Amino acid sequence: MNTTPKWALRAVVLFYLGVLIGLPVTFLVVKALGHGFGPFWSEVTQPNALSALKLSLEVAAIAVPINAVVGVGAALLIARHKFVGKRVLDTLFDVPIAISPIIIGIALVLAYSKIGWFGAPLTRYGIKVLFSPLGIILATMSVSLPYVLRSILPVLTEVGEDQEQAARTLGAGRFRIFWNVTLPSIRWAVLYGVTLTIARTLGEFGAVLVVSGNITGVTQTLPIYIFDSWDQRFDVLGSYSGALVLALISIGVLAILAALKRREKNLLVDFA
Amino acid sequence: MGGGGALIVGYLSIIVLLPIAALISHGLSIQISTHGSGWAFWHWHVSFGFRAFWTAVTAPGSRSSIWLSLWLSLNVAAINAVMGVAIAWVLVRDRFFGRGFIDSVIDLPFAFPTIVAGVVLLAIYGPSSPIHVNLFETWMGLTLALLFVTLPFSVRAVQPVLASLDLESEAAARTLGAGGLRTFLSIVMPSLWPSVLSGFGLAFARAVGEFGSISLIAGGIGRTTTASYYIFNLTAGFLWVDAAAVSTALLAISLIVLVTTNVVSRHFQKRLL
Repeated sequence: MNTTPKWALRAVVLFYLGVLIGLPVTFLVVKALGHGFGPFWSEVTQPNALSALKLSLEVAAIAVPINAVVGVGAALLIARHKFVGKRVLDTLFDVPIAISPIIIGIALVLAYSKIGWFGAPLTRYGIKVLFSPLGIILATMSVSLPYVLRSILPVLTEVGEDQEQAARTLGAGRFRIFWNVTLPSIRWAVLYGVTLTIARTLGEFGAVLVVSGNITGVTQTLPIYIFDSWDQRFDVLGSYSGALVLALISIGVLAILAALKRREKNLLVDFA
Repeated sequence: MGGGGALIVGYLSIIVLLPIAALISHGLSIQISTHGSGWAFWHWHVSFGFRAFWTAVTAPGSRSSIWLSLWLSLNVAAINAVMGVAIAWVLVRDRFFGRGFIDSVIDLPFAFPTIVAGVVLLAIYGPSSPIHVNLFETWMGLTLALLFVTLPFSVRAVQPVLASLDLESEAAARTLGAGGLRTFLSIVMPSLWPSVLSGFGLAFARAVGEFGSISLIAGGIGRTTTASYYIFNLTAGFLWVDAAAVSTALLAISLIVLVTTNVVSRHFQKRLL
């Protein structure tokens, strides 16, 4: 058999991936750590970087649990119940990641800021959405909405209802069935979805940029700090250093996802 | 659906439905007012400000940015459709040291926050490029950023389908004397078209809306202002209604592309059965 095309194809693919992913990632490490570990460390521990990291973690601490509960609830609803509008509900979950994050940000502003639909009543109660952490939380919740649902749904369908029905026949109540039967069977899928949600939450940029107004130390999340360092403050090393921190977190996330995929074969969803 | 269902619908309304309704209503300047005495629907007066929408969308900067986004996205989705098949082929059929590693590298652009993708590309293709390739403020730079973020869509759409194909018909074609390329084009590709197309649609939609990864390499000059960048610039100048108008147009375009690729992909799938 002629093996030249096989080698040629392999070479083309490796070259493409090298130019597109390999070289850039390598040079990020070189640029961030090129002056030694000391300058990198002082960049990532400077007050503005730390306050950005803190805000990112706080936003994640609120958005992730809410989206996890909503995702599990919606998955149970879609997999175990029949109702009108099921497909619509299913599709709605994907809307926020199908459209530009910039558009999500603008949509939130036009609904909840002072100039938006609900601006007048919200302002009356002193609730500020634009240029505030609340807006960042809303934007983040929106763009990280579907991951838990998408991770659980195939597993829930695959597992089936037999065990749940057996538990019901034996007299178990709805919550007992959920805790002792359903949840154990989907726990890896839940963990998978939560990991994806955390990754997206910590990394969201466009939607947050629109609603946050980029106020240093107040509404600056880590991705916005990285952007600001490059674009406004010309602190290139700060930008590379922050990006390396987020890149390392992403690689950790990928490792966790790979480990979970080995445990549960039905975990095929990606960020797509 | 019960109480839980109502809570979920309420949550979706707050973070998805109402904001998008508000966006479109501002974008098309939809005014709903009641005149006369009652609140019944025949007293409602709905007006569209289509002229404002059209003015915002056809402003010179807006028009060129939308065309640029469509053109770049088309190229990027096409290049990655070809490379996606090649990469999936190598991952599924080829055996070599480090294949598992390459397979996990494909997911990196998914896992990376978009701004990290932007910084990563600048580290090597930026103004202080260590290999002296400066793509800052060029279309090539934008293309590279979009190829980076859309690559996983194109590969992962094709890979499982390619892995599920049985090798017998390919072997039969070979036995009948067909060469490697002919076997690939007439035996393998017909089964791959639907997934290639859906990968193309996903990559295109993602590229049209992409902002983070190109926000730095675009630099902010007119020639490299994509639609999402243009919309962001409008919000930075507090021109929210214009931003909503251009956003509505972009939403409509993305919707048309996704529906079209879905329909065409289903058509191909039907022909397979």
